[in-house]
Amino acid sequence: MTALDLTKKAGFALAVATIVTVSVFPFYYAVITSFETGTALFEVNYLPQGFDFGNYLAVLGQQAFPRNVLNSVFIATATVGAALLLAVTAAYALSRVRFRGRGLLLMTILAVSMFPQIAVLSGLFEMVRFLGIFNTPWAMILSYTIFTLPFTVWVLTTFMRDLPVEIEEAAIVDGASPWVVITQVFLPLLWPAMVTTGLLAFIGAWNEFLFALTFTASETTRTVPVAIALLSGASQFETPWGTIMAASVIVTVPLIVLVLIFQRKIVAGLTAGGVKG
Amino acid sequence: MAHIQLHDIRKSYGAAEVIKGVDLEIRAGEFMVFVGPSGCGKSTLLRLISGLTSISSGELLFDGARMNSKVPSDRGIAMVFQSYALYPHMTVYENMAFGMKLAKAGKAAIRERVERAAEMLQIGHLLERLPRQLSGGQRQRVAIGRAICRDPRVFLFDEPLSNLDAALRVATRLEIAKLHHDMEKATMVYVTHDQVEAMTLADRICVLRDGKVEQVGTPADLYEKPNSTFVAGFIGSPKMNLLNGAIAAGHGCRTLGIRSEHIDITGEGAVWSGEVVHAEDLGSDTYLYVDIGAEEPVVVRREGRRAIALGETVGLRPRPENLHRFDAGGLPLH
Ligand SMILES: Nc1ncnc2c1ncn2[C@@H]1O[C@H](COP(=O)(O)OP(=O)(O)OP(=O)(O)O)[C@@H](O)[C@H]1O
Ligand SMILES: [Mg+2]
Repeated sequence: MTALDLTKKAGFALAVATIVTVSVFPFYYAVITSFETGTALFEVNYLPQGFDFGNYLAVLGQQAFPRNVLNSVFIATATVGAALLLAVTAAYALSRVRFRGRGLLLMTILAVSMFPQIAVLSGLFEMVRFLGIFNTPWAMILSYTIFTLPFTVWVLTTFMRDLPVEIEEAAIVDGASPWVVITQVFLPLLWPAMVTTGLLAFIGAWNEFLFALTFTASETTRTVPVAIALLSGASQFETPWGTIMAASVIVTVPLIVLVLIFQRKIVAGLTAGGVKG
Repeated sequence: MAHIQLHDIRKSYGAAEVIKGVDLEIRAGEFMVFVGPSGCGKSTLLRLISGLTSISSGELLFDGARMNSKVPSDRGIAMVFQSYALYPHMTVYENMAFGMKLAKAGKAAIRERVERAAEMLQIGHLLERLPRQLSGGQRQRVAIGRAICRDPRVFLFDEPLSNLDAALRVATRLEIAKLHHDMEKATMVYVTHDQVEAMTLADRICVLRDGKVEQVGTPADLYEKPNSTFVAGFIGSPKMNLLNGAIAAGHGCRTLGIRSEHIDITGEGAVWSGEVVHAEDLGSDTYLYVDIGAEEPVVVRREGRRAIALGETVGLRPRPENLHRFDAGGLPLH
């Protein structure tokens, strides 16, 4: 091995180490902090100083918090389900059925996803009030679905467009109806894309703050991000960093697990679908 | 087994008419090959027969029954695509069974038929594999197997061999010929670009040109008695020499056709003579390109590989009985 090779390897290792540190450090610090109480919270230390589960017990002991987690799980799951169902059927039409104004429609869909949340907040609020779903999970499910659909439809449409038409035609000759084509032929080929978009929709819904804050009024209907932000300390002037960190860790871990589980399948699925049939 | 009749079939995409009134009869059990230049409508015509594309006007009959508005799966057809079009996420077995499963056939019946088809194509050992674990030739055999499992009245092939390399193409061609022989009940319609495939597989060939039928006949018919300069130039490889101008006028026609194997190189009694401008040595034959003053050099086949130096002048004598004479409209003179 030459000196040049060695330098290259060292440089590469350094770059990787930097990226990992920068991206993992904030979460690592949150984990450490969540195990600290009292004044230890305000000392800067980079190694765990022992394990005190006090913060976790405090968070879970709060009446509303477990309920908030359930709200989040329900809302994020329902959002993903609704978005995928609508997006798959829409993508089939947009990629396979020829009709007037298809290009315009696709551009409009893309344009919708560019609006900042705050711009549509008041309009959405009126809509939520009109539908009578204020302060229920449905308000969030509706608004999150609206916001994830453009992206999901766009990705699935591009993906579906790349599936060979002949495969669909072979299925038609074999006697498949459009519904059978979608469910038995396209879905198995599409699901790497569905897992990816579904996961992103889930994370988006799970972390969303502004809508959740606006469309809920009581402690029991809040989602986790709102609940964490509104955690209060012993006095008005104290921010309960320990419990906030513990709560953050509790709600982040499921996401990480989810990504790790699906990540392997995403890779497996991509290689399966990418080969010419 | 189906007797297929096309009566004045037309297809338009918007204002553009692609199939311009095709009348054609394909006999039960026949192997019919569609050939023609790229874009002439071969695939479109095949898809009209399959039902994947709807017919704009005209009538399509299978055994006398009108098929125009039937969906593909009700026509009793099976189709083999150029790109194989296997379901990538299903095993070979599932690929072949899919159609029967949708038709709600029993498990045992499905297994029996798939295994019989697999045996016929010698892919029995591949049944548990996924398409991506197969070679190109094996994939195309699976696609053919899937077609067999549908037990169709009509097999439709759209350039099934064009993605395969030369050796595999020959092997699979033999396979298809054997299939046609074994399944004498089934009518087959086959689209190809390949001269050899057309000549060797077909009972009859249909030459299409710009959305219309130019000539239908047995391979020998088309080769020996082309109905037009178009067919004369299209069927056969290398293509027939077509000479215009003074040379044709000397034979009392507008265009004179002569195939490369019907010209002798001779010293005495030569009708034409010219310089050898190019030679292609294929081992068994040598093709000489001789410039006799026509627009293009005349191609002459010579058996063996006796070399003639480029630039040498040779005398040529076309065999009079093999001359094809065409009038100004490209039609044959007798
Ligand atoms: N869906 C379509 N919309 C518009 N025009 C079409 C469509 N499909 C085919 N065509 C046109 O119809 C004509 C015939 O096409 P077709 O695919 O049948 O040709 P082909 O003989 O199979 O050619 P090739 O040998 O290159 O496969 C072409 O000019 C093509 O552009
Ligand atoms: Mg074609």
